[in-house]
Amino acid sequence: MKVGLFIPCYIDQFYPHVAIATLKLLESVGCEVDYPLQQTCCGQPMANSGFENLAGGCNENFVRNFSGYDYIVSPSGSCTLHIKDHLHATNESEATTIRSRMYELTEFLTDVVNVSSLNATFPYRVGLHQSCHGQRGLGLAQMTERMLPPFSKPVQLLNLVDGLELVQLDRRDECCGFGGTFCVTEEAVSAKMGKDRVADHLRHGVNYITGVDVSCLMHMEGILKRSNSNVQIKHIAEILTATV
Amino acid sequence: MNQLNLDHATASAVFNKNEPRVDWHDETLWFVRAKRDRAAALIPEWEDLREAASQIKNHVLSNMHDLLVQFEENARKNGIHVHWAANADEHNDIVLGIIQKTGANRMVKSKSMLTEECHMNNFLTSHGIEVIDSDLGERIVQMRKEPPSHIVLPAIHLTRADVGETFHEHLGTEKGATDPQYLTEAARQHLRDTFLTRKVALTGVNFAIAETGGFVVCTNEGNADMGAHLADVHIAAMGFEKIIPRAEHLGVFLRLLARSATGQPITAFSSHFHKPRPGQEMHLIIVDNGRSRQLGRTEFRNSLKCIRCAACMNTCPVYRRSGGHSYHSAVAGPIGSILAPNLDMKLNADLPFASTLCGSCSNVCPVKIDIHDQLYKWRQVLMREGYGTTGKGAAMKAMATVLESPRLYRMAGKIGRGVLRFSPAVAENRFNPWFNQREMPAPPSESFRDWYVKNKKS
Repeated sequence: MKVGLFIPCYIDQFYPHVAIATLKLLESVGCEVDYPLQQTCCGQPMANSGFENLAGGCNENFVRNFSGYDYIVSPSGSCTLHIKDHLHATNESEATTIRSRMYELTEFLTDVVNVSSLNATFPYRVGLHQSCHGQRGLGLAQMTERMLPPFSKPVQLLNLVDGLELVQLDRRDECCGFGGTFCVTEEAVSAKMGKDRVADHLRHGVNYITGVDVSCLMHMEGILKRSNSNVQIKHIAEILTATV
Repeated sequence: MNQLNLDHATASAVFNKNEPRVDWHDETLWFVRAKRDRAAALIPEWEDLREAASQIKNHVLSNMHDLLVQFEENARKNGIHVHWAANADEHNDIVLGIIQKTGANRMVKSKSMLTEECHMNNFLTSHGIEVIDSDLGERIVQMRKEPPSHIVLPAIHLTRADVGETFHEHLGTEKGATDPQYLTEAARQHLRDTFLTRKVALTGVNFAIAETGGFVVCTNEGNADMGAHLADVHIAAMGFEKIIPRAEHLGVFLRLLARSATGQPITAFSSHFHKPRPGQEMHLIIVDNGRSRQLGRTEFRNSLKCIRCAACMNTCPVYRRSGGHSYHSAVAGPIGSILAPNLDMKLNADLPFASTLCGSCSNVCPVKIDIHDQLYKWRQVLMREGYGTTGKGAAMKAMATVLESPRLYRMAGKIGRGVLRFSPAVAENRFNPWFNQREMPAPPSESFRDWYVKNKKS
């Protein structure tokens, strides 16, 4: 199975170790992974700001880079959701194919690869941040608003990690307030949401906060660092590939 | 400070100056959301009930004309005077006309967000008619000359101490009193006198039933009933989307409404009005005020399915931390943000951006309105119609130019990381809203692509 690896722009630039962990993880479960070198961004920053019409160039570039793969996998629920919901291009049939082959990392591992064991050890108390686009948009986990049986693809994977202790939060799936450009255009509310989210994790004595979206983690990292906390963020791919 | 003249971001920044108050506001509303969760969890068929409600409302939207005509015919047969108002002005004129005909110069009113939308109180006051709101929360904000900050809990932004202060000033209660029992009793006595002396009462409408020509008003205080039953003239005002086809559909909506709103199994009073009692006059005003226009907007029409439970407000992490007044619109929160641009795009262009698009609203909604998707779609419409600033448009164009070109993207990334590494002050300053309360991410020396080309490409 040929997998095209999509690394969102801000991960490429600011969190390369998350991308490296993702690549290693996919290879460790037997995928043949290719990273198309001319990829950039999914176009979400423009689209969520109301300028979907300016995302055309990103869309075309995405289609040029990711045509022909069996699967396209990305370590970001938000960017994956954006592609699945909004990728359109001159070659619309190709765009449609890409939309249907687009997977967020954890759902790809649980639903396509059917991972049932991992060689990972992470002996720490971990809080899972359920990023909204992954959880509610892609359905990676049951949300608290719905009265339906619980499940969680990220938790299913974290349970395979030796020594990891997952803590229960007071608010299981509240937004961290990142929200793309929202984090600067609505700075006051965004930062307050982030502080509240971090406080929930701290109340439960976590060593690490993890999640499927680096954007949310970056937001919470900014708040943790500002308060000189020694709690750190780790993308789920880093934990799923961790060894002692 | 009056938040109503500010855009959402600025008003929220003002609200957030008092962090303990934001925490209190957030926790109070989260408590309501949690109560809703417990109530909903007790109904095994909750999700089916939502689906049924959604489909009934879809049917209503597609058959609006026929249902309204059927309703009007049946209501008239019942002896109700039916009026049609194309907009807020017509609605207000009709109310004024009815009151003037009775010779009264004052009226008691139970909760009606429609009359807030139409700014009816101010209009009537300017024509010499005194209006007293009989919903406790609405009465409190009315005394303070504030609009409601929440459609179900109008005074939720106020603490007990705030209420004590307001009552001391307006009702003569003891200074510094905060005991809810004592304060409520004072309001009760004041309102009792109002109910007994008003000849005209106005109520809202929660559901109007096409099949019977009757309507249902839900309250927890019985104040709609007190007003309507004691007055010679009962005026009920409804947005036309309140129509449901049959009485049996109430079995779906009444179960969803109170559970979604406050976590109660049902509102304390769900009063069915069908015809005036002997000697009473009953008027019903059916209002459009932009609803036809919204019904014609394919992408936004299903916002008219709303039954005004406010579950989307209680669940919204932004609403809980910005307060209802920051939305400067009669209906605040996520649902208000998709309704308000229809009324005035220019005035409300900021509202669809007052969201992280987390999607909690759409999933808590008892009638399955795709609220967060509509917020995204309104953003597109508003920017296309030119309601963004020139600066924003230019910044977005520049960003798109960089992000769509692999070469420019790599160059900008490299330069950006370099600048951040060697001159962090470029970003770490008070002009960067991110840096105000958050540290910048540490820029690495190489991008993932750099690493990949070096280590993986053979």
